[in-house]
Amino acid sequence: MISQIFILSSKGDHLIYKDYHIIMKHFRGEASKDSINVFYEMVTALSGDQTPVVMSHKDLHFIHVRQGGLYWVASTKTNPSPFTIIEFLNRLAALTKDYCGSLSEKSVRMNFALIYELLDEMVDFGYIQTTSTDILKNFIQTEAVSSKPFSLFDLSNVGLFGAETQQSKVAPSVAASRPIMSSRGEQSGKNEIFVDVIERLSVVIGSKGVLMKSDIQGEIRIKCFLPTSSEMRIGLNEELSIGKSQQKGYSSAVRVDECRFHQAVKLDEFDTFRILKVCPSQGEQTVMQYQLCDELPCAPPFQLFPSVQKDYVNRVLIFLKLRCDLPPKSMSQELSSPDQTAELQPKNKALLWEIPRFPGGAQLSALFKVDVPGLSSASLLEVGPVSMSFELAKQTCSGLQIRFLRLAPTQTGLSQRWVRYVTHSDSYTIRI
Amino acid sequence: MPYFGSEEMVKELKRALSNPNVQADRLRYKNYITKVIRYMTQGLDVSALFMDMVKASATVDIAQKKLVYLYMCTYASDKPDLALLAINTLRKDCADPNPMVRGLALRNMCNFRMPGMTEYIEQPIVAGLRDKASYVRRVAVLGCAKMHSLQPNTDIDGTIVNELYALLRDPDPVVVVNCLRALEEILKDEGGVVINKPIAHHLLNRMKDLDSWAQSEVLTFLLRYRPRSDDELFDILSLLDSFLQSAHAHVAVATLRLFLQLASAHPAVQADALLCTSAPLLATCGAASRELRFAGLCHVQQVMRSQPGLFGTHYKRFFCGYSEPTYIKFRKMEILVELVNDENVALVLEELRSYCTDVSPELAQAAIAAIGRIAQTYSEKCLDILTGLLALKQDHITSAVIQMFRDLVWFCPQSTAAVCQTVEACVDSPQDSEALLWLLGEHGDQISSAPYVMEGYIDGLKTELSSAVKMELLTASVKMFLCRPAETQDMLGRLLHYCIEEESDVCVRDRALLCYRLLQRGVEETRKVVTGPKSDPSMSVLTGRQEEPISQWASTFNTLGPLSGCDLCPQTAVISAADQPSSSAEKELLPESTDVTLSSPDDTEEEISLSLGPPLSHETFEKMWLDLEILQRQTMGFPRPRTALDTLQAALQLVKIQTLAFTPGATVPWKAYIYTRSTGTLILAELLQGDQHAPGIDESLVVSVKQQPVNQHAIRGFVSILKGVLQTLNVDSS
Repeated sequence: MISQIFILSSKGDHLIYKDYHIIMKHFRGEASKDSINVFYEMVTALSGDQTPVVMSHKDLHFIHVRQGGLYWVASTKTNPSPFTIIEFLNRLAALTKDYCGSLSEKSVRMNFALIYELLDEMVDFGYIQTTSTDILKNFIQTEAVSSKPFSLFDLSNVGLFGAETQQSKVAPSVAASRPIMSSRGEQSGKNEIFVDVIERLSVVIGSKGVLMKSDIQGEIRIKCFLPTSSEMRIGLNEELSIGKSQQKGYSSAVRVDECRFHQAVKLDEFDTFRILKVCPSQGEQTVMQYQLCDELPCAPPFQLFPSVQKDYVNRVLIFLKLRCDLPPKSMSQELSSPDQTAELQPKNKALLWEIPRFPGGAQLSALFKVDVPGLSSASLLEVGPVSMSFELAKQTCSGLQIRFLRLAPTQTGLSQRWVRYVTHSDSYTIRI
Repeated sequence: MPYFGSEEMVKELKRALSNPNVQADRLRYKNYITKVIRYMTQGLDVSALFMDMVKASATVDIAQKKLVYLYMCTYASDKPDLALLAINTLRKDCADPNPMVRGLALRNMCNFRMPGMTEYIEQPIVAGLRDKASYVRRVAVLGCAKMHSLQPNTDIDGTIVNELYALLRDPDPVVVVNCLRALEEILKDEGGVVINKPIAHHLLNRMKDLDSWAQSEVLTFLLRYRPRSDDELFDILSLLDSFLQSAHAHVAVATLRLFLQLASAHPAVQADALLCTSAPLLATCGAASRELRFAGLCHVQQVMRSQPGLFGTHYKRFFCGYSEPTYIKFRKMEILVELVNDENVALVLEELRSYCTDVSPELAQAAIAAIGRIAQTYSEKCLDILTGLLALKQDHITSAVIQMFRDLVWFCPQSTAAVCQTVEACVDSPQDSEALLWLLGEHGDQISSAPYVMEGYIDGLKTELSSAVKMELLTASVKMFLCRPAETQDMLGRLLHYCIEEESDVCVRDRALLCYRLLQRGVEETRKVVTGPKSDPSMSVLTGRQEEPISQWASTFNTLGPLSGCDLCPQTAVISAADQPSSSAEKELLPESTDVTLSSPDDTEEEISLSLGPPLSHETFEKMWLDLEILQRQTMGFPRPRTALDTLQAALQLVKIQTLAFTPGATVPWKAYIYTRSTGTLILAELLQGDQHAPGIDESLVVSVKQQPVNQHAIRGFVSILKGVLQTLNVDSS
């Protein structure tokens, strides 16, 4: 049972505050609001990474998640399931994103009336009532005020196809970040549905280039702007096999270790034809999650050839050669070096090398000379690891593909269907 | 609230809201209302506008209505007289043909927190319970709970309770779950909603219609249902089987908890359930949301307390990601330590090794500690890594490594030689570390450069600030003197002189005097006192992996407990290894007597003598404790002494009762294991406070005694001595 829900900006401004369960007489309005300040003091008392997810003040427990640079907090006096509360807060953030278009302090500020309305329907007396957009859409009256298409490339959001907007076959990256309820408004006519295959890659490559760990967490996510829901059929690779034990084919058998589906997905054609049947409701939802450990079907996308040497007395030479092992595009591109930047971050004791674009099959190298006072030969052991964060568009490392996307013929009007693939680096570490 | 010019703002808003021109323009009017709510959220007191807002509630615009209701719910308790004015509008809305308006009005009317509301809301709620729209029924059902919370001390209305029980059969799933929640609140004093067989089976059959939130909540309610027979139990479990693999982590975990509880008599079923859930649990450990990851990791840790092998093959999932927050990395390292086995040890160590050079010193030290713990099983491989780290000559790394060396020598004597060799090679620069001094003192005979390192410390004594280091230095020097007198004599003299003549810290001075007088009594006497055991391999049994029964943690599974670290289950802490050698000096100087004789206050004719005898290893104790029957269980009638646990331990030692292990100070339930010998029998006892199974006597200490061979006379004596000691301590501390 939730006592309060509030959303704070990173600076501690109260954006949304709703309290469900403060027993009257004991607490007046102000007293209960103090708990927000108590929470903010606790959360800022520790440096960025240290804040525990659950904090307690007297008999009140705060559970918070961070999304979009905001604190989403629920407080409770009972001892509920942490999974429920955390997933609910994540869902609240996702719904806010669905309804407001994007997730930021600004969009929450501009749409606070809408968010209150959402919360009012989602939670009553501290009990979760519903979080389904199908039900919520009947009750939500306030229209979203959408901010200007956001310019900041937020890493936590899936910014898709950032570079290739000029091609007409590809939806612009902001296409999916608009409010789902822009009904009766101007650009409402767009009956769009986006099906995204998103994979998070976590790789550890040992010091001699040995692949020590490779791990894919993938999901198929639907973002639906269709006003009415009708059945949709999603066809995956027919040769997809599930489970470690199954015999692998010779060539391009696509395999995942295990997968789980949203409870609304009908699987009667999955076993034979690998077809998922789902009636997507408005907004974003994950229809399938899958994971694959160790045996990746392809080589890791990036290889690094490092060398670390001691130069003069106090100087380290770090030579990094980075190669992208993805298949090259039809025309190989020269790497434009002026866009690259490198920066020494003394606070984190790190070197940051930024590469805006990196075509498949290309190779890049960099030489860093670092002066270190009191350098000894043992200190060279302390160099590394290299950690890469990247986003690969149109690419899945597991090889999972969507063969087709069919909407039931009852669907009125034209609908646009988009299928997008993207791979993120969850953690891509290369030891030196 | 400290907002500058807030009064001006409120006045301005009031003017605007009461302006007929504004009221006529719907959009402008709504804009001002929105503004009021914005200020309210920011913490500004806008209660002065209540009258104007009540007027604004009479509108057909539902969005505006919602905003005004939000305002009214917030301030109703401050302005109860004005809030009454709004009730008329609300009651009219409760009869609106539109179910959305009805539900909205009813919900908000129930949210008014002011006295005397009950008479206004009772009738609409009862009507709402029979509404044809499920939306209104949902609101009305929770309204019953709200009504009850307005007047918590009044009698429970039986008709409403019966109506709610009847509504458990409602076709709408949310109404069903809301009924459970409302009944739980209303019947809180009577132990909550009753889940009998028909209700349980009804809920189980409805599970598929519920959404994930309701599912996990119903699963939690089902925890209190006990199936009558095994057949029924297995029917339930097979019905719930598919939920173990749910895509929603909270459902999977809630199902697992129910499985663990229902099948508590069937360990095989429990193991199967754990195996089934390991996939979703592992998936949450890699979830995109880091908070969810953390929750997943904490619960994996709980599962591993009983099934350490379950995740052994998935060890790579617990490798730390580069950008993960520290609290996740710490948990992952703890898990890695637990799941090490012969196959994965090499890779796990290589991974941990790479964390040791992390930029964050805390992380690096934690990684070293993790390697140190693995070293208790795989000492050779770990020693190589730890030795390699010393070459980096980073202070925080070196001191952490030396501490690990000390623990390693204490737990695994077989690694002493290797450690001494390494220490020999690395200690050219003195580290500010008690651990190093302990190592030097204890194993000085194997480290050839030990006296010279120690001399460095003694020369730098004037600048040394920590008195703990000075005391350790004293003990270590005396020990060193015993094994290498020629090299140590001179500097020991200087050390003692300085500490006795110039030192201002009383503790250090006393320790120095103690050493001095000991030495006066002769070398043999000193040796007897100063040298304690050099290691205690049996200790590692308690720190090492022990498979706990699932029931130990099942009750806190899927609660906040595992995440917040508080209200943890009792965890037996071992008396720190480092305390042992240095404190042995004081213990031995207690009045010389081999057997303490105490006359028990109750039976004057009975006399009993206790003795320590050879120390009992933890394995033997545990084995005997499990084998023997409890001969006597007695409630002491007073809580455990509020003194420090060291004091308790020392006091028990005085009467020749040895403390084996105890839980750290603040934990509940608190436990201690003690043993002693008396005229040919061995007495084992457990002290327990705050037993969950016997809530009535939680303030009092309960002692359970086992004995081999049985001798009732000795037990009576033992209990009375124990009672005497504890009472004395209680008097002292109060």
